[in-house]
Amino acid sequence: MSMFDVFNIAGSALNAQSLRLNTTASNLANADSVVGEDGQPYRAKQVVFEAVPVGKSEGRGVRVTQVVESAAPMRLVYDPANPAANGEGYVEMPNVNVVEEMVNMISASRSYQNNVEVMNTAKTLLQRTLTIGQ
Amino acid sequence: MKARLEEALQFHQSALNLQARRQEMLASNIANADTPNYKARDIDFRSALAAQLGRPGEGMALAQTSAGHLPTGGAQGFEGYVGYRQELQSSADGNTVNMDVERAAFAENALHYEASLTFINGLLSGMRTAITGGQ
Repeated sequence: MSMFDVFNIAGSALNAQSLRLNTTASNLANADSVVGEDGQPYRAKQVVFEAVPVGKSEGRGVRVTQVVESAAPMRLVYDPANPAANGEGYVEMPNVNVVEEMVNMISASRSYQNNVEVMNTAKTLLQRTLTIGQ
Repeated sequence: MKARLEEALQFHQSALNLQARRQEMLASNIANADTPNYKARDIDFRSALAAQLGRPGEGMALAQTSAGHLPTGGAQGFEGYVGYRQELQSSADGNTVNMDVERAAFAENALHYEASLTFINGLLSGMRTAITGGQ
């Protein structure tokens, strides 16, 4: 029953988008984390989406294949008083671009909303289908 | 009489089947709006419906989850009518989903699906009236 696959497709998209939202939240929260768990400054993370077949049908869901670390250069801030400063007085700050992350967050939440809408429509159609002949 | 009822229902059944498939495809497009290199797809509805009507008796197939199940016939029969959407604005990541187009098509297809359901219901209630003589 193909209409049921709509739930799987939209559901996989909800999953993927919420993971993206999580990643963005992590990036924003750690925008100033000079020292991470490995002693290095936090690196911005990004999710990679991939289209995957759902069921036996033509539909394609979404899957997060991996979470990659941003290759952008670290932000250098001159702060000689900071204990993490290097010999020249510069502190390596995380390479999180807050503006980019905010845009990413809005995009992810809009995509999430879109897929919720898709699910609701599919639900309404299925409910109407169940009442055929009544 | 039975043949006529079946014939009348057959059209709407095929339409409903195709509309459900199209809905699924549009949902895929919306789900993959942020997937790099995803190409939006759609069904050539008119040709697919015409082709399905040209093969009477091939309605919606039931899924066979066990080897002991009897075949129900009915190929989906629209694979040849799936195409890629022409892109209106290109994006750097190779994704061709245009959310406005997809949302509009999704809403339109949902309405068509509901219309088909209404037609089927009307047909069935008409038949019921004929059977009971309007009592």
